[in-house]
Amino acid sequence: MIAADRHGSPLWPLVVQLAMLSMTAIGGGIVMLAPEVHRIVVEAHPWITDQQFAAAYAIAQAAPGPNMLYVTLIGWQIAGIAGAALATLAVVVPPVALMLVLLRIGHRRSPGTLGRTIRLGIAPLSVGMLLAAGWILARASDTDWRSGLITAATALLMLRTRVNPIWLIGAGALFGIAGFV
Amino acid sequence: MGAQAPATAERPTRAATPATLFLAFSQMALSGFGGVMPFAYRTIVERRRWYTPAEFAEMLAFGQVLPGPSICNVAVMIGWKQCGLGGALAALAGMLLGPSVAVVLLGALYEHFEHVPRVAHALGGMSAVAAGLIIATALNMGFGLFRDRTAPQAIPGVQAALLALAFGAVGIAHWPMLMVIGVLGPLAVLLAWWRSA
Repeated sequence: MIAADRHGSPLWPLVVQLAMLSMTAIGGGIVMLAPEVHRIVVEAHPWITDQQFAAAYAIAQAAPGPNMLYVTLIGWQIAGIAGAALATLAVVVPPVALMLVLLRIGHRRSPGTLGRTIRLGIAPLSVGMLLAAGWILARASDTDWRSGLITAATALLMLRTRVNPIWLIGAGALFGIAGFV
Repeated sequence: MGAQAPATAERPTRAATPATLFLAFSQMALSGFGGVMPFAYRTIVERRRWYTPAEFAEMLAFGQVLPGPSICNVAVMIGWKQCGLGGALAALAGMLLGPSVAVVLLGALYEHFEHVPRVAHALGGMSAVAAGLIIATALNMGFGLFRDRTAPQAIPGVQAALLALAFGAVGIAHWPMLMVIGVLGPLAVLLAWWRSA
């Protein structure tokens, strides 16, 4: 496991940065923010490796539950059980607090035209950033043409069929075990 | 809200306690391989009839405009409407507790067997697939954007340009996402607002 950098435990910097990030996750949650989380924990700090990041992401996709729980695993990789719990809370608590405040002041009626305009305007950016998330993950996990082929075939199957993604994840594991990647 | 419900639909039965909310959301989350939303819809609307499809859609839209994972936002909203703060926290805990334990157990198993080549290979194949899933979801959303006839103020060329800029800034140039949102976000909203005015 990667040790703390020379400034001490990475746990609190991680929690603070995740908490700030969580409030920018509009329209798609922290899954959309995978490139940013990657930048923080792999590029800006030597907290985990590219491979650990890709593994956390793949495990969270394979496991049941919200896909945002890759953040839980990254917290665990960096600082054990406390890291897992605090990273999860860091991502969940700020938006939930905002939601509770809004519910409390009875703002739960339709967001109206302003909300719709914002959603419409932001939508292309959300899609572009999600595409970037897929691209960065593909760059990290596609080590040769064969894994690239698996990524492309997966995307094609998802676009063309109604297959449950869990079967594709399982097939990916089998291809890997068979030595294809 | 209620006026949009089909006349034949049974009124949702609204009798939930924090305990039943916790259990219901745990169950949805733990069956949600590859994403919880389809399971949430099936349980909340079709099985338990807590809300009509229109009500669910409205909550989902609200959950998407606000920051945070939309499925957690929906859980909090439903819990709150069912039984206040306790319900909101119970629903959220149900959504997160079981799955986060499961994910850490899987992670621990992985770390233990990481050096078994077969496990590393399986994970390699799985992350290649995971990348493909995200790319496909993004493309699907993108196609949906350009097909959306309910948004006359959306200009395909402008949308495509914004999409490409966001992709390039984050995926190629590795800009912090907050910076991308800070710079392109107001521009995008202004463009949408200007066309709708």
